[in-house]
Amino acid sequence: MPDKPAQPDAARLAVRKTYKLYVGGAFPRSESGRSYQVRAAKGGELLAFAAQASRKDARDAVEAARAAFGAWSSATAYNRGQVLYRAAEMIEGRAGQFAGEILAAEGMSMTAARRTVAAAIDRLVWYAGWPDKVAQVAGGANQVAGPYFNFSVPEPTGVVAVIAPAESSLLGLVSVVAPVIATGNAAVVVASEERPLPAITLSEVLATCDLPGGVVNMLTGRTGELAAVLAGHFDVNAIDITGAAAGSRAELARLAAANVKRVFLGEDDWAETPTPRRMLAFTETKTVWHPVGS
Amino acid sequence: MADKAGEGAVAVTSGLDWQYAPAPESRDVVAIAPRYGLFVNGEFTQAASGRTFPTINPATEEELTVVAQAGPADVDRAVAAARTAFEQVWGPMPGSERAKYLYRIARIIQERSREFAVLESIDNGKPIKETRDVDIPLAAAHFFYYAGWADKLSYAGFGPDPRPLGVAGQVIPWNFPLLMAAWKLAPALATGNTCVLKPAETTPLTALLLAEVCQQADLPPGVVNVLTGAGGTGAALVAHPGVDKVAFTGSTEVGIAITEKIAGSAKKLTLELGGKAANVVFDDAPIDQAVEGIVNGIFFNQGQVCCAGSRLLVQESVAEQVVDRLRRRLATLRVGDPLDKNTDLGAINSRRQLEKITELTAAGEAEGAERWSPPCELPSRGYWFAPTVFTGVSQAHRIAREEIFGPVLSVLTFRTPQEAVAKANNTPYGLSAGIWTEKGSRILWMAQRLRAGVVWANTFNVFDPASPFGGYKESGFGREGGRHGLAAYLDA
Repeated sequence: MPDKPAQPDAARLAVRKTYKLYVGGAFPRSESGRSYQVRAAKGGELLAFAAQASRKDARDAVEAARAAFGAWSSATAYNRGQVLYRAAEMIEGRAGQFAGEILAAEGMSMTAARRTVAAAIDRLVWYAGWPDKVAQVAGGANQVAGPYFNFSVPEPTGVVAVIAPAESSLLGLVSVVAPVIATGNAAVVVASEERPLPAITLSEVLATCDLPGGVVNMLTGRTGELAAVLAGHFDVNAIDITGAAAGSRAELARLAAANVKRVFLGEDDWAETPTPRRMLAFTETKTVWHPVGS
Repeated sequence: MADKAGEGAVAVTSGLDWQYAPAPESRDVVAIAPRYGLFVNGEFTQAASGRTFPTINPATEEELTVVAQAGPADVDRAVAAARTAFEQVWGPMPGSERAKYLYRIARIIQERSREFAVLESIDNGKPIKETRDVDIPLAAAHFFYYAGWADKLSYAGFGPDPRPLGVAGQVIPWNFPLLMAAWKLAPALATGNTCVLKPAETTPLTALLLAEVCQQADLPPGVVNVLTGAGGTGAALVAHPGVDKVAFTGSTEVGIAITEKIAGSAKKLTLELGGKAANVVFDDAPIDQAVEGIVNGIFFNQGQVCCAGSRLLVQESVAEQVVDRLRRRLATLRVGDPLDKNTDLGAINSRRQLEKITELTAAGEAEGAERWSPPCELPSRGYWFAPTVFTGVSQAHRIAREEIFGPVLSVLTFRTPQEAVAKANNTPYGLSAGIWTEKGSRILWMAQRLRAGVVWANTFNVFDPASPFGGYKESGFGREGGRHGLAAYLDA
């Protein structure tokens, strides 16, 4: 199990970490009591037992996200930016731990793992700058032909289900979660099924960076089982299916139609510098009119 | 006539009695052909099957003409024509040239505006004062607005060289037939897409007149195609593999069916669906203005408006006063001949819609709400429904939850702004909302919290091509109008 990256004193017995779910700001086990084995990409060594979330856990996570949405969406954009920046700081402080987990999960070299952690930190910093700028870029005043003041602003869509990329366990994950919460949405994330451990460690970062509990909820388990529950859930407003297996996307989109969810399928080259597109996919344009008169 | 009180005269608040002489708009400006074809590849042709269906005047039930009913073979033909036009003509054309075609279309609509207004009124049943002052001028303005974008897309915020999607399949409703056609076609064409438009079964005529306008503007063949037909035609169009983009305005039920049908395809989708807007009146609102806003909010176009203010939320302390004044105001509304320039409420668009309104209002009574309508005589032929107000409505009543799409207002009350927000947002829809108060900070506070795509403060039901329109939640996604409306037709 993942003792090696930390290189503990050979004479001392390591204290292993338990990887649980992250729901509503707490770290519960699955209500189902289930767990599953997570193995290293190279060699297949047992890394840990991850919680195998149930449909009930997914519904609980949606409830936690809905409860958190109000305060997070009405927090100042400046505040949201600071929280995201703090998350970047916290990853920086744990860079070694993340590199070790990615190395084990993805089977890359330590150099590549360190580079990936750095890219994840930089991505968060990129998004940390967005919350107080997005309305200036995506909103504005509309010059209507009448005596009205009219303006449009982007607002968060609500509760967003995110199927995290299966391969890129930290950089991919950060790249899909940050744009969702930057604008004030609350997220229910299904972590990579085979590589879930960095997601739980990221949850520990999110739990300590002043992000209110429930804004990000992290589920580990069978993607096929959890994604379908979230796609069909009537209190989920949008779903990012980029991380879902190609063969499952049509069915997820069909399930999502029942309550007119926004369905997003984006690029998955996580090395690329992002554009605002992923962020704007989970916003709604609100237009306000008021008469002008003396 | 104004000083002579007679039978059926209506008392207005001034104490004077008024009567109006009929003031009908002339039908002579419109020549309706005995039959209409599909508009495919720049020409009017019959359906491959030879099938037709009638369109009627809902105010008289008179059959106006018959139009071709497009089937799968016609959809194939129209999509192929649109594809060719996209690849060979419209796609490669410089934006500045596309713009000039759109300006031409805008101008011809303006020049033929009275003809459009009368035809729309006859085919749809809506009052001539609305078609003349709202539907037609806004349709022209929409083309004019998007024409200007065609050669400026690199500055629209979608990257340096945003690309069109290809062939757009567009399905529109019957409540604003020409205006919805303009909302669909103008941004699609400005961004370089070609279009296959399916107007509503009950209101095909102004879309076909618009097709003639496209001919008169010398728009290249295949850039705009119009397929008349019913639900089956629309279903075949959106599912067609040659369609890259689907845009639909209509009921949430059909919107969901379309989404399910095209799930997993690469088609880009935008939906503008139903609504159940709250119109929130606070105790400090200018009551007379608010009453005008309430009336405009729910009785404009006979309430057959997706963003209609169908739920009046009025603060308890002024509820009685507002409802009293509203009733007095409703007694002055004139229901009748859509072509009469004094008419406020015209006909319901179809028997089917009338039946839906009738069914839901019956449910309102059965569930215990109190129903009221002003005394008003309805014509004996045609589809008519008197303006109706329900008081004593609870949030659980069907008339507070379901979209009626008719001249029916449900009145609910609230005590605090927090309660108003909670009740306003207690709906799966989120298209529009209204706020009436003199307090500026409260307007902005409310506007932030209402989960709706359009918020009208101290006004209601105003529209403009520069102003984005579209819903939250089950009212759909994507915006029409403004810079935002371009995104629906670009690879953004």
